[in-house]
Amino acid sequence: MKLMWFHLMPYTELPDDFRQRHPSVWVDIHSELFDPKRAHLMYNDFMDELEYAADCGFDAICVNEHHSNGYGLMPSPNLIASSLARRTTDTAICVMGNSLALYNPPTRVAEEFAMIDVISGGRLIAGFPVGTPMDTCYAYGQNPSMLRQRYLEAHDLVMRAWQEKETFAFNGRFNQQRYVNIWPRPVQHPHPPVWVPGGGSIETWRWCAEMEYVYCYLSYYGYKAGRATMDGFWGEMARLEKDRNPYRAGFLQFVGVGESRQHALDLYSEAAEYFYGRCLHVDPKWATPPGYTSEGSQRAGIESQVKQAADSIVRGKSTGERMAATARDMKGIVDNGYVIIGSPDEVAEQLREVAVSLNVGHLMLLLQFGNMNKEVCRFNTKLFADKVKPQLAGLFSEWEDRWWPRPMDGTLRAEVPAFLPKLAAE
Amino acid sequence: MSEPDELTVDVNGFPARVWRKGSGPALGFIAGFGGLPRWVPFLDHLAERRTVIVPSLPGFPGGERGHTVLDTHLDWIIAVRTLIEKAGLVGADLAGSSVGASLAAEMAAVWPGDVRRLALIAPFGLYDEADPPTDPWAQRTDDVPGLMCADPEIWKALKAPPEGANSIEWPIEQVRANEAAARIFWPMGNTQLAKRLPRIAAPTLLLWGEHDRVMPRSYAARIAALLAGGRHETRVIGGAGHLAELDRPREVADAILSWTS
Repeated sequence: MKLMWFHLMPYTELPDDFRQRHPSVWVDIHSELFDPKRAHLMYNDFMDELEYAADCGFDAICVNEHHSNGYGLMPSPNLIASSLARRTTDTAICVMGNSLALYNPPTRVAEEFAMIDVISGGRLIAGFPVGTPMDTCYAYGQNPSMLRQRYLEAHDLVMRAWQEKETFAFNGRFNQQRYVNIWPRPVQHPHPPVWVPGGGSIETWRWCAEMEYVYCYLSYYGYKAGRATMDGFWGEMARLEKDRNPYRAGFLQFVGVGESRQHALDLYSEAAEYFYGRCLHVDPKWATPPGYTSEGSQRAGIESQVKQAADSIVRGKSTGERMAATARDMKGIVDNGYVIIGSPDEVAEQLREVAVSLNVGHLMLLLQFGNMNKEVCRFNTKLFADKVKPQLAGLFSEWEDRWWPRPMDGTLRAEVPAFLPKLAAE
Repeated sequence: MSEPDELTVDVNGFPARVWRKGSGPALGFIAGFGGLPRWVPFLDHLAERRTVIVPSLPGFPGGERGHTVLDTHLDWIIAVRTLIEKAGLVGADLAGSSVGASLAAEMAAVWPGDVRRLALIAPFGLYDEADPPTDPWAQRTDDVPGLMCADPEIWKALKAPPEGANSIEWPIEQVRANEAAARIFWPMGNTQLAKRLPRIAAPTLLLWGEHDRVMPRSYAARIAALLAGGRHETRVIGGAGHLAELDRPREVADAILSWTS
């Protein structure tokens, strides 16, 4: 299986009384809380941590996109990814992703992803999220009633821009572009693997199945809350007569590894409580722009509540609504499965159970979270790489991962990051 | 309160409900934010002296999913014009509230010869940085009733499912009404209506709830100033909120009836 190292890049110095004094970590978080000189250090620490994870042998390093957000300092994950492309050699670079409907024209995404793919020698995983309500409808002012249609159209435009040989005209409902012809073109042929992070909507599952894309359930609530969603996903795959290849799916999980369970509790409680207490403090007024949640998902959500189904806490709910009902103390955080902690063997056993029970071949691990400092992050990353990863790496070896980057042959790739006196393009 | 006659017309392939009640010259009414999931006393008051005709906007209760094919403001204006034609309101008096008032104003501006007299209750469509409207789509759920009506119970009663209503589809229909309004007015409510207001020829009554917490009253003066030389008047409805016709149905109906008599 693939073990991927994910960074959210949370601002690590939100005040202790953040919940009491500020209405929201997202959209209207106050600028007085942001110290650019401290953030200079945070960004550099975070990028060191991603590079360190690559050095430790994780299969991929992952970044994502948020706007006006105190727990996600990457409005442009592409900037970080391009730097990582230069500072790493063999690790896949997963940009999870670019919210397609936010870019005008959307060919900007095709261009920047192509650049990262070319610079990295074909190591890009292209994530295409719709984006949360806070990011898309409020921070970026997109109309919630048209967001999904715009997303789907932008997707079609990007895919054509990557693959069509000739300059073409795109005559869309929302985008008209007379001359589409991006330079550069991606290294990976016909295009980088496409992964789609989504909530639990049946429409997204069907679309991923139809397009043969990886579906990623990126929840902050761990494997227990994720079980019903992934069961729903696999149920739908079965109905559509798709195989159970675990590499069709990705799943996000917070993990803290210690010498023992108590050691892990001692090490990670503060960072976990910082994340679930401060970083998920989102004003519910940003939760539900009307039209963002499709009527099909609303219907499923209401039916799920009526039936008291296990997924009623996530189904048909927006990101903000889910955040409002979150455990914030370490006991609740661990008991609910938001964060998996323990000794290396205990963590490996739990993650094996997560991977097998959810049938997920791409596990995206948050080994830095909240205000975890660099030293603890390095410890967690290293211990995981040395003691946990080897216990899991062989899982699902009977399946082929058809959704993994196919980089250029190593002998053909530029030597980076060292400066070479000869021209790389010679 | 008796039930109105209900007919269905086609707009872009979607059914749209048109209510009709009373006798006398036709008076159209286009509902405000949230639409009309049920008949309300205000319409009965209008029907006492006029044939009141209430077409449902696409996406609003009675308007099914007709909003989903409307992508631009021109699409909306043509859809509402189609609705006005099919409801038999060309040349009639026209009233509207909130988001509906904005579209009533568009009808009077784009087809100035086709609206006899106009009454607008706190219309959307303008945006003043110095005095911005409240964002109706960035609200905690519990705050919405008190934002729309001075008496929150009136909004809650309007939106409560009637006995026998489908418990799944009813709430979806109410969200759809908010989505349809968002589709027209997201994110600021500014449709550049100010550019078109000077074209309005119909004598225009502006009504504003005394306690409107969505649309500041300063917009009444702003709109009045743009109504060029046409006859117009502004009245404040005491004790009413944004949807003044729900809070003070008798006062608002009387004001409209006397303006259009």
